[in-house]
Amino acid sequence: PKHTPPGTTFPPTFSVSEIKNKQRRHQMFMKLKQEKRKQKMQLKKKRRKEREALGDKAPPKEVPKTIENQRVFDETTVDPEDEEIAFDEGTDEFSAYFNGLTNPKVLITTSDRPRGRVVKFCEQLATVIPNAHVYYRRGLALKRIIPQCIARDFTYLIVINQDRQTPNGLVLCHLPDGPTAHFKVSSVRLQKELKRRGKAPTEHSPEVILNNFSTRLGHTIGRLFAALFPQNPQFVGRQVATFHNQRDFIFFRFHRYIFKNEKKVGIQELGPRFTLKLRSLQKGTFDSKYGEFEWVLKRHEMDACRRKFQL
Amino acid sequence: MGEQSRLCSVWLGSETGILKGVSLSHKQAFNFSNTRQLSRDQEIRALCWGDPTETELLLGIVDGTVRTFSTEKGIFTEVRRCGDPEEGCFSGLAVLSGSGSTLLTCVDSGKVRVWREDSSEPVTQIDAGKNVCKMRQSPVQPNRVATGGKENGLKMWDLERPEKPVFTAKNLRDDYLDLRRPHWVRDIAFIPDSEKVVTCTGFHQVHVFDPSSPQRRPVLEAEYGEYPLTALSLPSSGTSVVVGNTQGQMALLDLRKGLVRGCMKGLSGGVRALQCHASQPLVASCGLDRFLRIHSLEDRKLLHKVYLKSRLNCVLLSSRELQGEGEGPTGEEEVKEEEDAEDEVWDSMERVEEKVKRKAIGDEEEKEKKKKKGTD
Repeated sequence: PKHTPPGTTFPPTFSVSEIKNKQRRHQMFMKLKQEKRKQKMQLKKKRRKEREALGDKAPPKEVPKTIENQRVFDETTVDPEDEEIAFDEGTDEFSAYFNGLTNPKVLITTSDRPRGRVVKFCEQLATVIPNAHVYYRRGLALKRIIPQCIARDFTYLIVINQDRQTPNGLVLCHLPDGPTAHFKVSSVRLQKELKRRGKAPTEHSPEVILNNFSTRLGHTIGRLFAALFPQNPQFVGRQVATFHNQRDFIFFRFHRYIFKNEKKVGIQELGPRFTLKLRSLQKGTFDSKYGEFEWVLKRHEMDACRRKFQL
Repeated sequence: MGEQSRLCSVWLGSETGILKGVSLSHKQAFNFSNTRQLSRDQEIRALCWGDPTETELLLGIVDGTVRTFSTEKGIFTEVRRCGDPEEGCFSGLAVLSGSGSTLLTCVDSGKVRVWREDSSEPVTQIDAGKNVCKMRQSPVQPNRVATGGKENGLKMWDLERPEKPVFTAKNLRDDYLDLRRPHWVRDIAFIPDSEKVVTCTGFHQVHVFDPSSPQRRPVLEAEYGEYPLTALSLPSSGTSVVVGNTQGQMALLDLRKGLVRGCMKGLSGGVRALQCHASQPLVASCGLDRFLRIHSLEDRKLLHKVYLKSRLNCVLLSSRELQGEGEGPTGEEEVKEEEDAEDEVWDSMERVEEKVKRKAIGDEEEKEKKKKKGTD
């Protein structure tokens, strides 16, 4: 057993939590905080003086640690020069779109009996995504809708799931035989709820920005989003849809931009905003019971480490 | 190329047509491809050893050919056309005689065929029904073959009598509503030291059949999870079985009572193939998440994880020791013998060079071990 080395005695202080009287305890705690803050400011001042005194010879400022900085290196990060991955991506289910052979045509629907915000959300999504059609679900089975969609040349099926009149889930299915992604939707703001918003989005095809999809799984999801929009954006419309991935959450924003001069841009937010989190990616069209999953979120295994991300 | 292929102890076939060899002791993965241009037509669907000494690999490819790969030389040596791609992909591949000249193939549409080296027509053909998902050859009797598929129960065939199966399994009894239970055999394995056969189904059940008993229904039924079980493998002990399902859950089930012993964690995508090592308590798994993972069967911990950039279809383990530590003791013995023999055998320098290399590796390992002992 280890003994504390003799000679070190700690100064007898009251622990603030031992005082039973609430007011006095609160006062002691505030005093403690002020003491600590004072010491911190003194330390800061001292450091700043030292830095100014050294002038050019000062050591460079330390970069603060953030979770993105400390991200565990993921071995599935795509190397742009890798031939095998390039071939794999070039011949996967999206190759028809990226080679210019098909135009996206999107079918948006909901779960049975949509109510409240879900209906408005669907309509707004249909204005944002060109060539999108909203259809009422009427209790039809998805597995029966899918062959009919394929027959009518649809390339995407979006199903928005609801919980208590707000959207909370999104199933994005690439149609001919493509992967199906299931997302959790949160933080939905409809067009009315946005502050300082512009007018309604026009019919022009927007540009698409995909940020931060670095791993192999991220690449697949990025391509999934990119194939929703037509390949040639119409710059006349000055609209841009952004899918920004940070810490495995995908933030969707829709803006209109205008270049005031060469360096300054003004943006106006139009359209809905929402965040997505990927729950599963299934190979093949929607078949949650018998399909094979390429990636499934297993919370207890994957979310155990705060610095490890999958997308 | 030959050097690299001789190091590999795990072989995998991928969807892009690349044969991947992994050497765990050197922690490296090598790609072997027979064409300069990769193409999805060359997707490898079935893998098996061409001969008992494990010097040749047979690959069953989507376009209907079977290619031979030599592990000694590291190149693809032969191509044989065994069927049309319209009939479906290979669902089973095996070798009948020892040298790899007689092949046994099975396709999705149910035709099991025996191919001889000289002719391009099959010698024997068995029709095993439609939608055959898996065909396996019994390790004990090379003439016995088991097939199973979707709505196509387990059938055991003898290749000398191709008209009628030796054993046809009966479907389970109707459930409590008197409805017929659906049936989907995904993977089959023969239990060593007995006649029993284990199958796993797409309805998350594991069945054990005993052809020697008069009962045609499964002797043991066990359930695991809620998703279709796609792969199955038997460790050498024979009382347990490892299964994997489409969600990436892998479990070790006990065959005596049908209970789950434990799960192996770490997989994030559907399991496509599993294989247990012949002597060590290890299981290798590969699947749609593009990783090869090796778990230990005793404590179910993940030992190795290798990222291989394409989706993997099948895995094959060589029966030699997987890790370098297994080679340590044998290396030392070789070193002692070689020190005596080296002085005398000075003429055959070339042969001794290979042994010298191994001796050098053995020496380095000895030095490392001595250093470690020194610091301890």
